[in-house]
Amino acid sequence: MREPDVELLWWEGCPSTEPAAAAVREALAELGLPNASVRMREVVTDDDAREAGFVGSPTILIDGEDLVPAAAEEQIGLSCRVYRRRDGRVSPLPDPDDLREALRRAAQRTEVTR
Amino acid sequence: MTVAIGDVAPDFSLPDTEGRRWSVADYDGAPATVVVFTCNHCPYALAWHDRITQVARDYAARGVRVLAVNSNDADRYPADSPEAMRERVAREDWPMPYLHDATQEVAREYGARVTPDVFVLDRQARLRYRGAPDGDYDNPRQRAEWLREALDAVLDDTILARPETKPVGCSIKWKQ
Repeated sequence: MREPDVELLWWEGCPSTEPAAAAVREALAELGLPNASVRMREVVTDDDAREAGFVGSPTILIDGEDLVPAAAEEQIGLSCRVYRRRDGRVSPLPDPDDLREALRRAAQRTEVTR
Repeated sequence: MTVAIGDVAPDFSLPDTEGRRWSVADYDGAPATVVVFTCNHCPYALAWHDRITQVARDYAARGVRVLAVNSNDADRYPADSPEAMRERVAREDWPMPYLHDATQEVAREYGARVTPDVFVLDRQARLRYRGAPDGDYDNPRQRAEWLREALDAVLDDTILARPETKPVGCSIKWKQ
């Protein structure tokens, strides 16, 4: 099982950064990758957001791909990201099952094309 | 400026999504008024929204009034524009007016920091509770219980055990 490249983009105006990082680490540990690194990248300015295509905090990139691809109506900018849980509830964090599945798929991938 | 527990909260005059103006003083005689700073685009505000509207419905018969205030900079965050507020109210069933604080003065006067940020005022407009609706945005079963406790204490004229909690949510988007 390979170690996926995980990057968490965050903005200080949103309190979900630490819970998001903890959820990623927990999911990696469940996959048997407790020491996998999670890169943290702060998005500070509107320019940073535009450059990164940042639609809200937290945004989790796994092997360079957004865990939840941004919908057309999501605006680039400094804000907290709106996620939907599998039961339909709005949440500031992605559904844990979506996170686990995406990390598992990435860990089982043999090659990564970017 | 921040309103402290026991202070008389500043009054205001803000338009709702239909242009009607509302103020705390409109509720002269109301046993309690809830001012909740909220918005359209914040996942915390959205996650707690149904619980807050249910409180508005459950306590309306006891004379409690709820005013929702959106203070975000609509220029940088178009999802919080007056038009977007109007569309949302038309789409959803709101039991409370949704007010636009275009100058952000009301948020500054109250010391609101995030969305949602809840302020409970008594009959004299004194601040009796400030903070989060309940302890977990992610658990609808909490039913905004901290807000309900505050309203029950104000309505029953009893001491509130938890007059202040930490508001949790997205920072208010101040104009730059």
